[in-house]
Amino acid sequence: MSKIDKKGPSSKVALFVTCLVDLFRPTVGFASIKLLEDAGCQVHVPVRQTCCGQPAWNSGSRKDTRDIAKQVITIFEKYEYVVAPSGSCAGMLKVHYQELFRDIPEWDSRAERFASKVFELTSFLTEVLGVTNVKAKLNSRVTYHDSCAGLRELNISDQPRKLLKSVDGLSLHEMNDSEACCGFGGTFAVKYSEISNFIVTEKTENIERTEPDLLLAGDLGCLLNIAGKLKYQGSKIEVRHVAEVLANMCEGKPIAGRD
Amino acid sequence: MKVSSSNFKSNARQALDDKQLQSALNHVRNNFISKRSKARLDLPEFDALRDNARAIKDHTLEHLDFYLEHYERKVVESGGKVHWAADAVEARGIIMDICRKTNAKTVTKGKSMISEEISLNEFLAANSIIPVETDLGEYIIQLRGENPSHIIAPAVHLNIDQVRDEFRKAHTHLSPNRPMNEPETLLGEAREILRGKFLTAELGITGANFLVAETGSSLIVTNEGNGDLTQILPRVHVVLASIDKIVPTLEDLAQITRVLARSATGQEITVYSTLSTGPRRKEDEDGPEEYHVVLLDNGRSSMLGTEFSEMLRCIRCGACMNHCPVYQAVGGHAYGWVYPGPMGAVLTPSLIGVDKAGHLPNASTFCGRCEAVCPMRIPLPKMMRSWREREFEQHLVPPAHRKNLALWAWLAKHRRLYRLTTGLAARILAIRGGLSKRINKLPMAEGWTKHRILPAPEGATFMKLYRRRLRKGR
Repeated sequence: MSKIDKKGPSSKVALFVTCLVDLFRPTVGFASIKLLEDAGCQVHVPVRQTCCGQPAWNSGSRKDTRDIAKQVITIFEKYEYVVAPSGSCAGMLKVHYQELFRDIPEWDSRAERFASKVFELTSFLTEVLGVTNVKAKLNSRVTYHDSCAGLRELNISDQPRKLLKSVDGLSLHEMNDSEACCGFGGTFAVKYSEISNFIVTEKTENIERTEPDLLLAGDLGCLLNIAGKLKYQGSKIEVRHVAEVLANMCEGKPIAGRD
Repeated sequence: MKVSSSNFKSNARQALDDKQLQSALNHVRNNFISKRSKARLDLPEFDALRDNARAIKDHTLEHLDFYLEHYERKVVESGGKVHWAADAVEARGIIMDICRKTNAKTVTKGKSMISEEISLNEFLAANSIIPVETDLGEYIIQLRGENPSHIIAPAVHLNIDQVRDEFRKAHTHLSPNRPMNEPETLLGEAREILRGKFLTAELGITGANFLVAETGSSLIVTNEGNGDLTQILPRVHVVLASIDKIVPTLEDLAQITRVLARSATGQEITVYSTLSTGPRRKEDEDGPEEYHVVLLDNGRSSMLGTEFSEMLRCIRCGACMNHCPVYQAVGGHAYGWVYPGPMGAVLTPSLIGVDKAGHLPNASTFCGRCEAVCPMRIPLPKMMRSWREREFEQHLVPPAHRKNLALWAWLAKHRRLYRLTTGLAARILAIRGGLSKRINKLPMAEGWTKHRILPAPEGATFMKLYRRRLRKGR
């Protein structure tokens, strides 16, 4: 990852909510806003945003992806920073948009400039804003799943863990193979559901062996998949997005409820 | 080999239900990954070597014609012959010709995936020539009438009980009550039988891990030494290799082999690394009288200059499949042709057509671990996506998927309708989730709910709540 100049407070940040947070888990959006504001940012939520275009990109529809990507860049490029509570969507905006426009003059340079503004939430907090502590308290034994796109496209690994360690009362316990895929893969989970089921079962076994109260990750796709499997298996382990814990916003029910 | 890649889904289902296969696959899940990881940590310059290896192959592929012709000249200078084969039919024809001239009845074989690619064993057998696989794994699956399920560990789908049963069935000249509990005993038994074959075979066929343009040599890396006996003992040695195996110099070869074994088995170097250059010279104590190289293209040259050309950097270490969650779940046979795992998902459509192998690039979560471990830094997920694009362009995607995607993309471009739809969906799903916040069954999403519940949305969408908050002035 390139070196980032540390910017002082009151940076103008646009929140890329992500379609899954918008639809399934608004709390993650509000938690992101709180974390950014607590760190001194002015947070904007452009109302014209919809989705990053990843479903089209991974289904082979380059034209639809380009249309959607142009829309995202146009809406967001005027902000100093663009932050998403998802390694997958941030990776799409930061890495894949550049690939998408590589052979299109004007848009290739716009996509490149845009990419330099885009960050995943925990990476932005720690690496750009220099946050080391959050004001949060949660008495819980926690394990953290590394989402693939965040881990391998954006090097998100230590950032959420560093912040979690500052949460009062929280203890972090690593599971086996935390870097292994959970089997979500977008439409993969439905198109190849048996294989996806095998992979997520390995994941939930590794989670169960760690005996946590709470599973955290930075991507809602993985979280819906893992929570869905854990609850299908009758597990008592609760599931939340890491931003909810860091923002001290765990009053509401966890993902897929509580037993 | 019969292609069953289009049955990937049912192949995969069978593989998931196969208890024996699942227990055998634990070897892939546990051993390969930890061994590679240790080998990488033990060599601080490992990642720098990967960059060098990539640069060497990129350079070679840019000048492939030059290096291939140079290689041919060197082979001829050393007394050998190069045969160019455009496809499998030509390659088989060339080999048959050499067999006839040699009057070969038994052919020993070192491990070669190109041999699988051109279905050589079936072809030789149909022409009354007995092919004998001499790599232990290949020997076992040949007895069982199977194809390799992994490019470096062809019998990784089997466990010791199955090998024992197979040996009892095949080696009928030995006492049925002989002790066969230890892997070493089985190995000794296979070795004993193969020794005889090495001595009787008139012709030996090996693959090649690399071809060196500078010297006209071929290199094989093995852990059993069977390849050496295959290429030294028979009167005629045939090297069967594809055109992408070429590297310019011995120095280049030395660089790339440093990442090969580490990525494959976690070894620093394989037990044997054997170069062969031409037939036996006057001063040599052993070696074949004739040395042939069959150079196969089979669609590779048409990958050059396309979005798939980087695939030709592949050195067949198998790290991508070892680390692939899909390969780990279903094993290699489900992929339905010679090359499984992520490298197969890219290469198979190139070689046999995306119409036949369309499932393979789709059966990936895009977790990116294959690219992360590839010693040659091949962007495998990116190329799988390129295949998906080709499929989309050629209307090979099921019409229902296409329609859903078009509808979703249209909505994503029409913000107001998108808000209306997501708002409605969030509310309906939330109601359906009830107090438990779980949806157990959902029409259109059976693939999901068959194995998991669907967590229900919290209620209203973020955008709606956010607007409400703005109106209230926070």
